[in-house]
Amino acid sequence: MFERALTQVKYNKDGDLLFSVSKDHVICVWFSQNGERLGTYHGHQGAVWTIDSNPTSSILASGAADNTVRLWDIKTGKLIKTWDLPTAVKRVEFSEDGLFLVATTEQRMGHLGSILVYSINPDIEGEQDDEPSLKITCEQSKATVVAWSYLNKYIIAAHENGTISQYDSKTGEQLLNVQVHEKGPLVMDMQMSPDRTYFITASKDKTSKILDVNTLQVLKKFETDTPLNSAAITTKKEFVILGGGQEARDVTTTAARQGKFEARFYHKIFEDEVGRVRGHFGPLNTIAVHPAGVSYASGGEDGYVRLHHFDKSYFDFMYEVERTRAQH
Amino acid sequence: MTADDFYDSDEEIDFSDLREQYEVKLEEGLDTFVVVDGLPKVPEDNKPKLVKFLVKKLQGVGKTKEDSVYMPMGDDGQSQGFAFVEYETSMQAAQAVKKLNGLALDKKHVLAVNKLTDIERYGREGRIDEKYTEPEPEPFVEQEHLRSWLADPRGRDQFILFRADTVGVYFNNKKEAPEMTVERQFWTESFVRWSPLGTYLTSLHPQGVQLWGGASWKRMARFPHPAVNLVDFSPNENYLVTWSNKPIVYQEGMPGITAEEDGKTYIVWDVKTGKLLRSFPPIESPQEADKPPNMRKKIQWPLFKWTADDKFCARVTPGSSISVYETPSMVLLDKKSIKLEGVVDFEWSPYSPTDEELKKPASEQLLCYWTPELGNQTARVSLMAIPSKEIIRTRNLFNVSDCKLHWQSEGAYLCVKVDRHSKRGKSTFTNLEFFRIKEKNIPNETIEVQDTVINFAWEPKGNRFVLIAAGELPPANAAGVAAVPKTAVSFYAPEKVKSGPAGQFRLIRTVDKKNSNAIFWSPNGHFCIVATINSQQSNELEFWDFDFDGEKRESEKDLAANLSLIGTVEHYGVTDVEWDPSGRYVVSSSSMWKHTMENGYHMWDFKGVSLREDHIERFKQFAWRPRPPTMLSKEQQKQIRKNLREYSRQFDEEDLIMESEASAIVIEARRRLLEEWRAWRSRIERDLAEEREDAGLPPFGADEEKEMEGATVIEEIVEEVIEEKEEEIA
Repeated sequence: MFERALTQVKYNKDGDLLFSVSKDHVICVWFSQNGERLGTYHGHQGAVWTIDSNPTSSILASGAADNTVRLWDIKTGKLIKTWDLPTAVKRVEFSEDGLFLVATTEQRMGHLGSILVYSINPDIEGEQDDEPSLKITCEQSKATVVAWSYLNKYIIAAHENGTISQYDSKTGEQLLNVQVHEKGPLVMDMQMSPDRTYFITASKDKTSKILDVNTLQVLKKFETDTPLNSAAITTKKEFVILGGGQEARDVTTTAARQGKFEARFYHKIFEDEVGRVRGHFGPLNTIAVHPAGVSYASGGEDGYVRLHHFDKSYFDFMYEVERTRAQH
Repeated sequence: MTADDFYDSDEEIDFSDLREQYEVKLEEGLDTFVVVDGLPKVPEDNKPKLVKFLVKKLQGVGKTKEDSVYMPMGDDGQSQGFAFVEYETSMQAAQAVKKLNGLALDKKHVLAVNKLTDIERYGREGRIDEKYTEPEPEPFVEQEHLRSWLADPRGRDQFILFRADTVGVYFNNKKEAPEMTVERQFWTESFVRWSPLGTYLTSLHPQGVQLWGGASWKRMARFPHPAVNLVDFSPNENYLVTWSNKPIVYQEGMPGITAEEDGKTYIVWDVKTGKLLRSFPPIESPQEADKPPNMRKKIQWPLFKWTADDKFCARVTPGSSISVYETPSMVLLDKKSIKLEGVVDFEWSPYSPTDEELKKPASEQLLCYWTPELGNQTARVSLMAIPSKEIIRTRNLFNVSDCKLHWQSEGAYLCVKVDRHSKRGKSTFTNLEFFRIKEKNIPNETIEVQDTVINFAWEPKGNRFVLIAAGELPPANAAGVAAVPKTAVSFYAPEKVKSGPAGQFRLIRTVDKKNSNAIFWSPNGHFCIVATINSQQSNELEFWDFDFDGEKRESEKDLAANLSLIGTVEHYGVTDVEWDPSGRYVVSSSSMWKHTMENGYHMWDFKGVSLREDHIERFKQFAWRPRPPTMLSKEQQKQIRKNLREYSRQFDEEDLIMESEASAIVIEARRRLLEEWRAWRSRIERDLAEEREDAGLPPFGADEEKEMEGATVIEEIVEEVIEEKEEEIA
């Protein structure tokens, strides 16, 4: 439970830990099995926007409104590195091998939005570089979210103008730029598939899309009736989970159902809605799926993190065509 | 952009409206003159007499005097049979042309009155061919069938959906997506409306009303009423009434209307010819018109009420009279309104006597009206026969606050809902006064209800009814928000009788502590929805069956009904409920005009089983297309009812085939999607494996799999001794 709105929740690679950040300044870590709190990481001076842990679950990276990216020792909670940047940091993500960290900064006060890549020394005790190994300046439109492709090949970024770019992660050259979402409503989330060959977006334009990382071709499209803040791909089952809701200022009355504060499950391949999970009293800001696909967590504007374990019927659910194919 | 471009774009602006407004009318001065032709030829001596006679006639429509008449004399000393007349205003001159042209002075002489400017315009030599040529008869053009939708092989009903700027007409496909027949953007500028028999779709525009129909949805008619707000049809679609809150400001050249319509707000039109029949000024009092729009009383709509056969229409002038007009001339019946001091409201019986019945002297159109207490006269409800204007039944009422008149759909019963107050005026309650029109001497019975009845509805074609009563208003809550009183829904039916007219009306059951505020009977009776609409508290729809096929309560065994609640559903934000014309389906909808969130519609069957749910952004209106009455005879209908089982089996089979076809398509589409995805995945996975191999990495997921195999759950139980204490137990 937090006092303020959640901004991101994220499992570690093994799925035993769940990290959460919110607009209060603290990072929390929980046992994903029972929701017990394991610890907190203190140091940020502003709303923490984003978080990620490296593949070996030794280092935690966070980005915040206090214009810093910080690295933490997961085990001890010790701060091991702070990078001071000119503007707030909206998204950080470790590469697949944990050797690089990508971060995106806000456009503000005469600073253009930028995408920064830092080399990471996996040794907790070791020195970290002060300067980024690569800096991409977003001349046209700031990046709202970024992610790594498989094998650190590309950096994928979603921009304020609804386009999605593919950058060469070595040179920073923009290889592709495609208009995927509407101009105006922001792309709020972008999450990679487990093997990082495709990814899902969530936009305030009420749609979520799955794209191929190599071609940026839209493979699937999910249409909803509410602005979306987060989208996650489930493992084990071919679903996606979408979350969002009317913003508080747009909700005229108090009834929770009017705000559409539900986690929505769609079939990843057929694009049909298959179910909803209620519970939050405000919009869902962030959703994360357990790497083994056994549970998911959602963080809401209401200040709650909800942890759901999937039951047997969830795993049994299958479309007729899937069942017949599975039998062959 | 260069300066030239600016000029270019300037030229494209349409100035015609401004031009019309400011252009100097050159003929202005001559507009007050008319030429009167067809006068008798008289010698000089008789001229003043004729002029005097003529002026008398001419003053009927405007101001003129003998000096203003110029009657030229011919060389033979006789007048030439025409005269020039000047009126005070051009409006009066126009009136003279309209009213006096064709007026017979005597058997020989018929007046021909024309504007001087028209004579100038058309009468000049060469303007009109001297020789008469027979007009070419227009070749016959086959018209589209206006009821083509009824020939749908599956007998489906149609409806309109209005969302964002688009209006579309669709066939109902039950669970499946509706089948579009036409969709047009900006089809209307406020709302659309079906004509009562479903022939036309009406659209409203600032310039007037348009009707659309036929298989191609082409325009059938236009009614140019500027700034029109509301429309209403006569029951048989022969006439259309339009209303605008802005009185018409007549200008030369307005299509379809004349100077006559200046200042009018109501227009009655002939639907088939598109002609204007008559226009009416606003009835609101001048004080009322001066108030700002939001302070004014709501206008009564429809103001003009029609008999079921379109033969008469009538309107009330509150407090003084009812005016009955005959169609198609739209002249007052017997040339005068029926004076009824204090009259508040009236309703026609929805039943019109057939031609056969009309041959019998007693059969006439019935209208019911009521008057409040006036001086020492009690409030009174009366039934009047038209055209004889004979009052055939009255009943005096006491302590009346308000009355509402409810006719049963076949005109067999009339219920007058009388809201009454106690002598001191502190508490209010309702009496229901029933009149059995079809029975001898029109017997009356009264049902007293303790609370105020806020809604009442007859079963269509039946003799049962539902009413909703509201208790006293509870005090406002802490937040100062006025609470809505709980309501009680009561169901009534006549007592069972062996033969003859229906028995006395008796209460079947009352369900209280509800929020219900609306009653929607199925068009064929039998089923009824009691709903809570436009409410923040509740969105409930209850489906009631009046002839439930099952055990009947002992206490209700004497009643001609077996009432049962067969379904309860919720539709968040419901604002409208409408049964389809067959009574098989019902649609509840939430319109953005009345509710801001989760707009769309929900289709149910008559039992309240959900068939289809459609959430539509900026959804505005849903309306079933009405059907004309059946053309089958009573015997044929009976036959069908007898063989219903046979038909329903056939329909069930058809439905099954349709469903399985539809699902086959869906399954096929899914299979394709699945194959495509799998093919794409296997290609991507192969590429990824190759690239990983090139990079000297194991295939993706290999290390995890190994780990997973070796993974075991290790449970450690750690016991900590917190405190140990030894106690001796005696």
